[in-house]
Amino acid sequence: MTKNKVRIQNAVTYGMVILFWVVIQVMDKTGHLTSLFKGLLVPLCMYAILAVSLNLTVGILGELSLGHAGFMCLGAFSGAFLTNCLETAVPGVGLRFFLALILGAAVAGVFGLLIGIPVLRLKGDYLAIVTLAFGEIIKNLINVLYVGRDANGFHFSMKDTTSLGLDEETGVILVKGAQGITGTPRAATFTIGILLLLLTLFIVLNLIHSRTGRAIMSIRDNRIAAESIGINITKYKLMAFSISAALAGMAGVLYAHSLSTLKASSDNFGYNKSILILVFVVLGGLGNMRGSIIAAMLLTALPELLRGLNDYRMLIYAIVLIVMTIFNSSPKAIELRSVVMSKLRGGAKKEVA
Amino acid sequence: MKKVLALGMAVVMAASLTACGGGSGDTQTTAASSETTAAAAETTAAAAETTAAAADDTTAAAAETEADAASAGGTWKLGVIGPFTGGASAYGLAVRNGAELAVKEINEAGGINGYQVELNPQDDANVEQNSVNAYNTLKDWGMQMLVGSVTTAPCIAVAEETAIDNMFQMTPSASAEECIAHDNVFRICFSDPDQGTAAAIYMGEKGLATKIGIIYDSSSEYSSGIRESFVAEAANQGLEIVAEEAFTADSATDFSVQIDKMNEAGAELVFLPFYYQEASIVLKQASDKGYAPIFFGVDGMDGILTVDNFDTSLAEDVMLLTPFATTQESSKKFTADYVAAYGEDPNQFGADAYDVVYAIKKAAETAGITPDMSISDICEAMKSAMVEISVDGLTGSNITWDASGAPTKDPIVAKIVNGVYEIQ
Repeated sequence: MTKNKVRIQNAVTYGMVILFWVVIQVMDKTGHLTSLFKGLLVPLCMYAILAVSLNLTVGILGELSLGHAGFMCLGAFSGAFLTNCLETAVPGVGLRFFLALILGAAVAGVFGLLIGIPVLRLKGDYLAIVTLAFGEIIKNLINVLYVGRDANGFHFSMKDTTSLGLDEETGVILVKGAQGITGTPRAATFTIGILLLLLTLFIVLNLIHSRTGRAIMSIRDNRIAAESIGINITKYKLMAFSISAALAGMAGVLYAHSLSTLKASSDNFGYNKSILILVFVVLGGLGNMRGSIIAAMLLTALPELLRGLNDYRMLIYAIVLIVMTIFNSSPKAIELRSVVMSKLRGGAKKEVA
Repeated sequence: MKKVLALGMAVVMAASLTACGGGSGDTQTTAASSETTAAAAETTAAAAETTAAAADDTTAAAAETEADAASAGGTWKLGVIGPFTGGASAYGLAVRNGAELAVKEINEAGGINGYQVELNPQDDANVEQNSVNAYNTLKDWGMQMLVGSVTTAPCIAVAEETAIDNMFQMTPSASAEECIAHDNVFRICFSDPDQGTAAAIYMGEKGLATKIGIIYDSSSEYSSGIRESFVAEAANQGLEIVAEEAFTADSATDFSVQIDKMNEAGAELVFLPFYYQEASIVLKQASDKGYAPIFFGVDGMDGILTVDNFDTSLAEDVMLLTPFATTQESSKKFTADYVAAYGEDPNQFGADAYDVVYAIKKAAETAGITPDMSISDICEAMKSAMVEISVDGLTGSNITWDASGAPTKDPIVAKIVNGVYEIQ
């Protein structure tokens, strides 16, 4: 692709996100937005960020990660923890949220790096196995973690709140095991979500179209050839993987600040969540960031828009998934699509003539 | 070619997405004009105020307002949020059934303050985000009061939203303290700490045993919350906790290690503060090992006699704290109606929901509210009425509430004898 084409493609992606924001703003101002849809806006942005960041690992780096929800969980808890800790020191919720975003991304990024160091040296599907285990370990660790604070400083325990030994008057329990963190201010708004999505796109798209990005893709396409021309494979793999993890952590912070309760349950951060994000990526197309965003938004909104069907909605959701997969990648469907497209084009040309 | 196709798809999908939003937006608008949505009710109330303030306003306007009020104030709209699918669906479905039964009875008897009641149950699959989505869906529908959420963490998330909208909320079964942190949220079940404390006091006072073993689910806030308060109170009651073993939701299929530890430590009584599915496995495995201490459960144990493929004779002599027993005189009629409607014995969740609907009815009658009032006005009136009423329900007699939203009622201890609860 020429540089110009790349620019146009990127501009379309950014433009699509901004257009989405504008349409929603207009609908909101004119009162055409239902409460349900308003409530869905932040999760839509969050899942789009997760899908784009995972696409960096799966589509661009070519490694399978099944622990994306684990990084999200890390980001969510460290971010929410910071926001609640600084409640008295930094009164402004916006500033605390901003700091939480940075911390959440940093923590998830560092963990991504730590896991990547041993695992990314290996060939094959080991990253998938290790990240799968990582996600579960993080979830279970947080479930038994108790943190409190009093005048003497922080107290940690892996047992229960009483063993924290908090001072009765000044003690505050910050993280309460399986109950997680409650009372996080709901600072996440749709505009912040869209800004973070744009930031994510900016980071990922620029990375892909840079020298580094080309090195990363060359590892995906042919490891041996890449190694032979002197590309430091481990370094580039680590870079892509930890950036992907950091962005997932950022999405986690967004999640933590969109609900007042945060707990590390299997429904929130289990491997099913990781698979769900992977589904967004696969359906949107490996390496296709725009596709990831659309698939993530569509598949997040779908179960909610199908609420009218009551108990059948998850069944319909599954059928839609199957149909989308077939439409996207079955050879017959692709053939059919190209026939239809060429007919459409032929028709258009004739009309022009 | 491929790019064009991709772009085309993108546009179509984006368009369909916004169209979906727009579509539901439109339905809301039509709903607003024809039915009682929140917006309509609010405007009507606002309009009524204006006319009251400017008393010499044209009669036409006043007539219009009245017409609006009549069309808007047809029915009460109650929402129910709970898990109807997934692992916790047993509780959500029971709540849905219990609430439906109560609403049916109330409607047959003439409704609340002369207005019929409509019920709209929405699924949240025990996921916080879904619960908030369900709440927003109900708000679009025009809900005026909420029964839910059934489970704890979703309830905390939803309570945050109802507090912003000042919508009256009453949960049948979300038992953590944080659920009712806002003053618009009330609860009918015991709180987790209450149950742990009550269990410890009962054991201490009756002298059931001195060596206590505890098995609990560390991944559940319900279980770990009860355990914590139990341990705290046990020290005051002279109970010695000789063994404590945890499990998590992921490892809730085999308890042989935990049971062996209890046996080795010589626990005379094993406290099981978790739900009946897991408890049935514990009872089975303990009996296989020939270990027979006193088993003591909390309200989650209710339902143990209805577990599929479970030999109920194993549950003989199990003691449990429960707010509700089908054998109680007060619950005979409810049990018979429930069995007739749904073909199974009701559990405490169904009874809780039934009581919630009746408590709402009583408070609404005390407050004298009508469906044409705004959501916020209804909430304010309900809040002050809730602390005045007392309800004789299935889950307790003479239940009263304080402004914090917590109920005052006594837990009942029951013992399973010959397959039925015997109130102690």
